[in-house]
Amino acid sequence: MGIETFFLQALNGLADASGLFLVAAGLSLIFGVTRIINVAHGSLYMLGSYFAYTFAMRVGGAVGFWSGIIASGLLVALIGAIIEALLLRRIYRSPELFQLLATFAVLLVINDAALWVWGPDDLLGPRAPGLSGAVEIMGRRFPSYNFFLIVVTPLVLLALHLLLKRTRFGHLVRAATQDREMVGALGINQVLLYTAVFALGSFFAGLGGALQIARDSANLRIDITIITDAFVVVVVGGMGSILGAYLAAVIIAEIKAFCIALGLVQLGGVALNFSQLTLVAEFFVMAVVLITRPYGLLGGAQAIIHAFAEPEDPIRPASWTQKAIGVVVLVLLVCLPLVNSPFALVLAVDVLVAILFAISLHFIAGPGGMHSLGHAAYFGLGAYGVALLVKWLAAPMLVALAAAPVIGGMGALLFGWFAVRVSGVYLAMLTLALAQIVWSIVYQWEDLTGGSNGVFGIWPAPPFDKPAPYFLMTTFITVVCFLMLRRFLFAPFGYAMRAGRDFPLRAEAIGINVRRVHLVGFAIAGTVCAIAGGIFAFAKGSISPETLDISSSINGLVMVLLGGLQTLIGPVIGAGVFVLLQDTVMRQTPYWHALLGGIILFLVLVFPDGIVGTVSRVAKRWTSWFPAGRKGSWE
Amino acid sequence: MLSRRPLLRLAIIGAFTFGFYETALAQQTIKIGELNSYKAAPSFLEPYRKGWQLAVEEINAAGGVLGKKFEVISRDDGGNPGDAVRVAEELVKRENVDLLTGTFLSNVGLAVTEFAGKNRVFFLAAEPLTDKIIWQNGNRYTFRLRTATYEQAAMLLPDALKAHKKRWAIIYPNYEFGQSAVAAFKDLIKAKQPDIEFVTEQAVPMGGRADAGTIMQAVDDAKPDAIFFVFFPTDLYKLVREGNIRGTFKGRYVTSVLLGEPEYLDPFKAEAPVGWAVTGYPWYAIDTPEHKTFLAAYQKRWNDYPRQGSVVGYVTMKSLAAGIARAGSTNTDKLVAAFENLKVDSPFGPFVYRASDHQSTMGAYVGKTALRDGKGVMIDFKYVDGATVLPSDEEVKKLRPAAN
Repeated sequence: MGIETFFLQALNGLADASGLFLVAAGLSLIFGVTRIINVAHGSLYMLGSYFAYTFAMRVGGAVGFWSGIIASGLLVALIGAIIEALLLRRIYRSPELFQLLATFAVLLVINDAALWVWGPDDLLGPRAPGLSGAVEIMGRRFPSYNFFLIVVTPLVLLALHLLLKRTRFGHLVRAATQDREMVGALGINQVLLYTAVFALGSFFAGLGGALQIARDSANLRIDITIITDAFVVVVVGGMGSILGAYLAAVIIAEIKAFCIALGLVQLGGVALNFSQLTLVAEFFVMAVVLITRPYGLLGGAQAIIHAFAEPEDPIRPASWTQKAIGVVVLVLLVCLPLVNSPFALVLAVDVLVAILFAISLHFIAGPGGMHSLGHAAYFGLGAYGVALLVKWLAAPMLVALAAAPVIGGMGALLFGWFAVRVSGVYLAMLTLALAQIVWSIVYQWEDLTGGSNGVFGIWPAPPFDKPAPYFLMTTFITVVCFLMLRRFLFAPFGYAMRAGRDFPLRAEAIGINVRRVHLVGFAIAGTVCAIAGGIFAFAKGSISPETLDISSSINGLVMVLLGGLQTLIGPVIGAGVFVLLQDTVMRQTPYWHALLGGIILFLVLVFPDGIVGTVSRVAKRWTSWFPAGRKGSWE
Repeated sequence: MLSRRPLLRLAIIGAFTFGFYETALAQQTIKIGELNSYKAAPSFLEPYRKGWQLAVEEINAAGGVLGKKFEVISRDDGGNPGDAVRVAEELVKRENVDLLTGTFLSNVGLAVTEFAGKNRVFFLAAEPLTDKIIWQNGNRYTFRLRTATYEQAAMLLPDALKAHKKRWAIIYPNYEFGQSAVAAFKDLIKAKQPDIEFVTEQAVPMGGRADAGTIMQAVDDAKPDAIFFVFFPTDLYKLVREGNIRGTFKGRYVTSVLLGEPEYLDPFKAEAPVGWAVTGYPWYAIDTPEHKTFLAAYQKRWNDYPRQGSVVGYVTMKSLAAGIARAGSTNTDKLVAAFENLKVDSPFGPFVYRASDHQSTMGAYVGKTALRDGKGVMIDFKYVDGATVLPSDEEVKKLRPAAN
């Protein structure tokens, strides 16, 4: 690689960092003050693109393009403020996972709204008037618009820095980032401040999106693409640090640029195509940074939040009546094959697999307090473990199935070892990064995993090749896993895990090795989830990479939250409802993303405790009104 | 709270739901299960949907087939193999469809192919282009309508050989379709022009994640004489724009599969590439009576011009109608037998489904891109019949281990 190539690719990297920085800066700002992980930030970026396109085409010319960019930013800021006022204001006190879910629902709704307004086609805007050409550097043509981006981005950084350092508004923002309760106590209008910050952050997202229309088409996919990249940037740079976001954006964009520039390289006789590493590069950087500097490059430890939620009631064993009902339900379930409907069994296996996924995630996310955003990795490890054993070693079904938990458990042990070192949002991000790395490896290592096609032809052996026996086997495994996880939670181990979640210092003081307990919890959850993966692979006969990508992990969280975090039965019901809902909603309408988003929003706003939590609250009220009729607790 | 009481509810709901589905009356219609990635690739698939809807309306207006009307049960396949298999299963087991059709993404098409083979369900793959559907992973129950990547590459080959360029750069989306197209093109051109050299291969990640500027810079730096450009709609526009600004395509021979299709060429407007050798669908200039009839019907029905997807959707349903009529039933084995050597009339003229590999011989238009009235168009094009570029039946036999 010549020096010219090196230099030009470095410039390319800087230009690519621009959009990434703008969107990440807004995200970071919003997180710093409101503590909300705003997934819908990607939608705001996307809307910025669409608005700028519309301005450029409707108004036309240089005026339409350049004033359109500013106008788009402002319009998106307004939309951001509306979202904050209508939705987020209601959930500031909810658990952070709920907030994440709510903003994810907003993303789904906005995506379908954009589809409705602008149609499905990619919309290619004009090149930037005045900057449509290229400049000659070292004998190569470099787009002049990229120069503009390279210059304007640090200027935005500087302006933002001055705003935060020199203005009263900036002081308030920084104060709220440090200690938002104190800001409130000093008589600052928090409601106004939050809305303003949200609008400002949205403005940057809109601006970032609008600036891209000279380079890329406005399309419906960028929301989810940009938000994952922006998360990485924010986490690498340090939550709430604007300069850190710039630094991280540049580092990541540069690494990608050089991977592409290197291209196909012969390393000791092995051909390695570096251009394929761009997918994994950013997550690799994120994992390394989080392991070595848990709060990002320029971030400090998370500020203390004084007002934490009411301590939960401990989980209590079910009453005898409830257990008896459970057994009856189980017996009914086992009789399901008597209903002559092949699809009922297929769907039931899907539900059971989802239940396994959800209870294993609940195990660490609920009593363990570790909000994993990468749980699908263990599901994928189990599924691919099974598939590859069958494909390459022709392993018998039961052997392969037995190997799944071992593979998943080992993976969870390895990842958990890193993950338990951090907590809260950082843990969520680290698990996400690790899961994305697994995903990229599976996706890119075609010779082994079949790449995007996945692995085919993993069919169960007799007698399990018929739906009924397979269903019964799955039911048996699910019940065993459920009882096992329950046993763990009511053993001293479970209490130690909870103690580590609620009061890590006190737990350490009485001799509990919190990290080790959490690590074991992680491994147990991974093991159970991998079993689900193995069952899934045999049930479908094939496995492909999307089963372990981020949306799969998010689906798992939706199930857990749907049911409610506070009970053991919650994730079971959540998973069942989710699968049946998906099965019906997906068939009803082309706008099923929006419908799903709407349902999630409804649940978040109306049933913040999840289905089971709500039912049990209602039941409690009922029993307190009619004490005589009280028959066992719902917990 | 450890009771499994809610499972009871689930079981009851489940039992009721399925009870209803199962008590469907004796079928008065032919049930077609259609699944596609409508959400993931709307630019191709919305016109595709309009195409098959038009065909179904025509078929039913003519009284249907075997005295029964077509009833299409259409589903989104989620855009990935896992969801697609689930949807296919649902269509077959719950909706009791007579056959499956559809799919767009190559990896999804492959997964449904596998499903159809295992469950012995008739499957007409509409659009997925990968050669594996008919060859390596092909099976008895799967047929494919659309011109395969191998054919597309072979159609572009004569012109590429005539240009006789030595140093080639390759850009492709890093998933089944891109890999399949590149493999076919490399094999074909190496066989005819042994001194060829591939100076860079850019595997672009899927889903809008391409760093377009950097990629085009790297291609330019490799100083190729010619570029084989395979794209996925997501990244097409930024790649071409960056390439144009940087002069990556300037003075170089560029050839690209599918770029002449209006769904991909039209969004470029005045920035459409000029002088590229492409396959595509110049609907505005095809002068055959079959196409004129189709064009008029389509424009009358939808008040819009057809895209390549419209033709694929239209011909898919017409193929099924012809096949079912010939089979005299919707029995899977009879359908398979009827589809072998089945002749179908399409807007592109008549074609057949080959018995040897179950690939249709429907061809594509090959030509050069140009700008006319501020829009990209195809000029100097000709129709290439698929039968002229597909390998012979003997060669195909060796390529289909799974089906034999």
